[in-house]
Amino acid sequence: MSYSTKSPWIIHYDGSSCNGCDIEVLACLTPMYDLERFGIVNTGNPKHADILLITGSINEQNRDVVKQIYEQMPEPKVVVAIGICATSGGVFKKCYNILGGVDKVIPVDIYVPGCAARPEAIIDGVVKALRILEEKSKALHNKGGKVQ
Amino acid sequence: MNVLYLVSMIGYIVLAPIFGLVLAGLDRKVSARMQRRVGPPVVQPYYDVRKLMEKDQVTVNKVQDFYVFCFLLFIVITGCIFFAGGDLLLVVFTLTLANVFLVLAAYSSNSPYSQVGAERELYQMMAYEPMVLLTMIGFYLAVGSFNVSDILNGDKMPIVTMVGIFVGFLFILTIKFRKSPFDLSMSHHAHQDIVKGVTTEFSGRTLAYVEIAHWYENIMLLGIVFLFFCNGTWWGYVIGVVVAAVSFFLETFIDNSFARMKWQVALKSSWVVSILFGLINVALLIWVF
Amino acid sequence: MYSVFFLLLFPALMAVLLLLVKNDKLRGVIVISGAIVIMAASVYVALEFLKDGTTYFNFESEMLDWFMLAVELILCAAVIYLGMKYKKYLASILSLVQAVFLVWFEITYAHEINVLNNLYIDQFSIIMILIIGVIGSLICIYSLGYMRDFQEHHVSEKDRRPWFFFLMFIFLSAMFGIVTSNNLMWFFFFWEVTTLCSFALIGFTKTEEAVKNSFKQIILNLVGGIALILAIIVLGTQYDVMEFDVLLRMDSNAMYVMLAVGLFSIAGITKAALMPFHSWLLGAMVAPTPTSALLHSSTMVKAGVFLILKLSPMYGNNVVGYMVMCIGGLTFLLASMAAISQSNAKRVLAYSTIANLGLIAACGAVGTYEALWAGMMILIFHAVTKSMLFLCVGTAEHHIGSRDIEDMDGLFSRMPKLSALMIIGISGMFLAPFGMLISKWAAMISFVNSENLVLITCICFGSAVTIFYWGKWLGKMVAVVANSKDVEESVHKEEWVVLGLLATLVIAICFSFPFISSEILSPYLLSVFGQPVNPIFATFGIAYVCVLLGMLALLVVVPIPFFNKTKKKVRNNYMCGVNNGDNQSYSGSMGMSVNVSMRNWYMEDWFGEDRINKIGLVLTTAIIIVAFVLILGGVTS
Repeated sequence: MSYSTKSPWIIHYDGSSCNGCDIEVLACLTPMYDLERFGIVNTGNPKHADILLITGSINEQNRDVVKQIYEQMPEPKVVVAIGICATSGGVFKKCYNILGGVDKVIPVDIYVPGCAARPEAIIDGVVKALRILEEKSKALHNKGGKVQ
Repeated sequence: MNVLYLVSMIGYIVLAPIFGLVLAGLDRKVSARMQRRVGPPVVQPYYDVRKLMEKDQVTVNKVQDFYVFCFLLFIVITGCIFFAGGDLLLVVFTLTLANVFLVLAAYSSNSPYSQVGAERELYQMMAYEPMVLLTMIGFYLAVGSFNVSDILNGDKMPIVTMVGIFVGFLFILTIKFRKSPFDLSMSHHAHQDIVKGVTTEFSGRTLAYVEIAHWYENIMLLGIVFLFFCNGTWWGYVIGVVVAAVSFFLETFIDNSFARMKWQVALKSSWVVSILFGLINVALLIWVF
Repeated sequence: MYSVFFLLLFPALMAVLLLLVKNDKLRGVIVISGAIVIMAASVYVALEFLKDGTTYFNFESEMLDWFMLAVELILCAAVIYLGMKYKKYLASILSLVQAVFLVWFEITYAHEINVLNNLYIDQFSIIMILIIGVIGSLICIYSLGYMRDFQEHHVSEKDRRPWFFFLMFIFLSAMFGIVTSNNLMWFFFFWEVTTLCSFALIGFTKTEEAVKNSFKQIILNLVGGIALILAIIVLGTQYDVMEFDVLLRMDSNAMYVMLAVGLFSIAGITKAALMPFHSWLLGAMVAPTPTSALLHSSTMVKAGVFLILKLSPMYGNNVVGYMVMCIGGLTFLLASMAAISQSNAKRVLAYSTIANLGLIAACGAVGTYEALWAGMMILIFHAVTKSMLFLCVGTAEHHIGSRDIEDMDGLFSRMPKLSALMIIGISGMFLAPFGMLISKWAAMISFVNSENLVLITCICFGSAVTIFYWGKWLGKMVAVVANSKDVEESVHKEEWVVLGLLATLVIAICFSFPFISSEILSPYLLSVFGQPVNPIFATFGIAYVCVLLGMLALLVVVPIPFFNKTKKKVRNNYMCGVNNGDNQSYSGSMGMSVNVSMRNWYMEDWFGEDRINKIGLVLTTAIIIVAFVLILGGVTS
């Protein structure tokens, strides 16, 4: 079993969200839901993080930022798009400056729709992401020829 | 150096990370409980480090790993000197060397957040160093030797004449453990003002080394707390271990009950404490006891 | 005996020769060969006299005494003239006062006092001779390349290099004189010559600032000079004594002896640029960098602490002892603090020099063998390390066009070899396995043993502050900046050779310090204090020496597997996701590219120069006044 799933550290990026989903993401870390039970820590630093949580849709301004943050995260890593805006662009989809969901710029592993996504849904999404994280971790080490 | 000290040195190398990680886990667990949460399992720090070891190896430049490795190496050497009954001043100087390596690792990345962290780390060193030195001098004046082995077998408890120094040492322990209100340079919670400070640019295995080094360092620092209660008898040792454990959880308590202070407070307060408790105690040791 | 004379005269001869030679190539040959001869001669003298312990040379010449007096009067006249010319009348007045004292004493008393031995050599002089001979000559060689660049930077001015090299070599002669004179009048003569050399070298560029600072130097050092001649007058008139060895055997609790020792201390304090007289050393940084390395860090200022260490048995728990201890300790603490607020590399080095000299003086004043051991060790390590650092800064300045630490951002990428040397130097100044720290450790133990609370405070807080200012400089150096241009190729070959040799010396001394301690320092301490303990083994134990040397070896070995060999993927820095990809800039609002620049922390509000200097000035002046009132009042212990 991979240790990635025992200690998934997250980084949370707000694309162009209305803050609704952000509040819900942070709510997950409060004593009420206590994500730290699963070893989850909000690092705020891509170099330390395993899971990228993105809220809000992608626009011209944050396209490169999202890309760069994703690139700076070391493998294995998963991306969770939170809220309908992050999954598809939501009501902003046709706006002149909106490119669409997060998957327009980086590969997304888990979609958590909702406006705003509920904490339970977010936790569910993150737990699902852990499974993908484990697979990726295995794939990484098998490719490299050594399993630690 | 007799066999006993060699054994305790090897014991330190093997056991310190285990105790260190359990303490770190307990720290998180207790913090969680204080916030009415369930909190992570006690061995969570172990999972964290194992995960970091598994991560893809990424760095920002080619020299950083060297500095971080030296940081770990010299922290372990510091502890070895301490647990082998060595000279307390040598312990302090080696610890300084180790910490300078951590600072250099952060500087070498030339990243804004790391550099702010590194400068704050140096600043914190400036804040706690006088009190650390005064503590060692206090031991020398109270027991008559800088050697840990002599203090262990001394015939009276150093704490009896070193209450002030003990208080001062506990104070700077907050800085050394990177606890709020003085977790300026990096902390386990500080993800808002300077990202992760010193460790911002470390990832994967490098970060794991820093974590392990902290386990070693914490055990060594608690060893100094233990030293205050040694009088060559078994009950002295028991008191020492108990007080060391209590002081660790006192730091957790302080961590959870204080907000971070302004950076100015760290230096001012710790120097004032060094003078008020440390220096006056040293003066008393010279002239009265 | 002739070998010692050779050391005294040969550099002077070379100096005269260099004054006459105008050709750059020929000068190079003379300087290099002369320097090698001086180096060889000093090593020869060291080996010759090391076994014998203290040796006195019975040599007398009436002629020589008159010659010295004549030279001194000429120098006084020169200072008086220059003082008038530049309207610095205080310098003229002080010089006149000094000349009056000198002539009066020479005519009335000096010739009636019978001086048995004019010259001597002991282990301490041997250490000083080696420092002067080896480091001094290396710096002279380094100056060749440096002055060539210097001339290119100041094309419009007249080539005054013959004058420069004349002063450097005369200075070497005088320094050898200081450390081997047993006759106090000779000591005074050489002392004044070094002061004048320093004066001329600080004013070398003749800019307004240089002239101002050179007069600051001469005025403060003339105060020291007057104190020195007064001390000699007190000894001569009261006890008919004009010899060092006789002085050292006297009872320092007698009032006039204590007064003389106090005056000697003042002379030492001014020369070593301790507070309250330290401002001249900061001003001296306008001089060409080799001068700062030679005169203002490794040798001339060391003459001040040499005098204090020499008098160490006279100090201890008496008024002068406390005076020098307090001044030394406070200087260490306050100068270290002031160093935090400086961004000019040379000024940081200057403050650090002042701080270390303070520590050495404090060690000397404690008056125990451990403290003296520590003081002498600091003196050795400091001389080597600091001269190297000065030269490194000089080279860096000529190639990056600045001596500001802020401009040394990522010097590791621009001048890798030079930065490696500088890192060795800076680490050597404050980190664990290196020599400075070992001796600071010994100093700390001796301060605790002497139970002096002021010194304990100063060393505890001073060390903490020291870590901060060196640490942040070191940090600037090690930063790895991508895409920087390597500007190292134009560094002169002489400079590399000298810097490399000095770096080797720094490391070699670290490895050989047990040997230095047992072979040179212990016999000296035995002859001074009569205690046959080798303090290094008494206070540290052999095991710790092994630990330290092991750590040092580790620091040499550990970097090897890491050297440029990582297989890791290199990624950019974290800059909130807007790094432009070069780690140097990020894309700001409206897509503008903004350069990143990082600045060190100076804490001007707390450690500002003016504030610290004011505190130091008041405290140390008060200490001196109180001490002299007590001595004159007859209180001695």
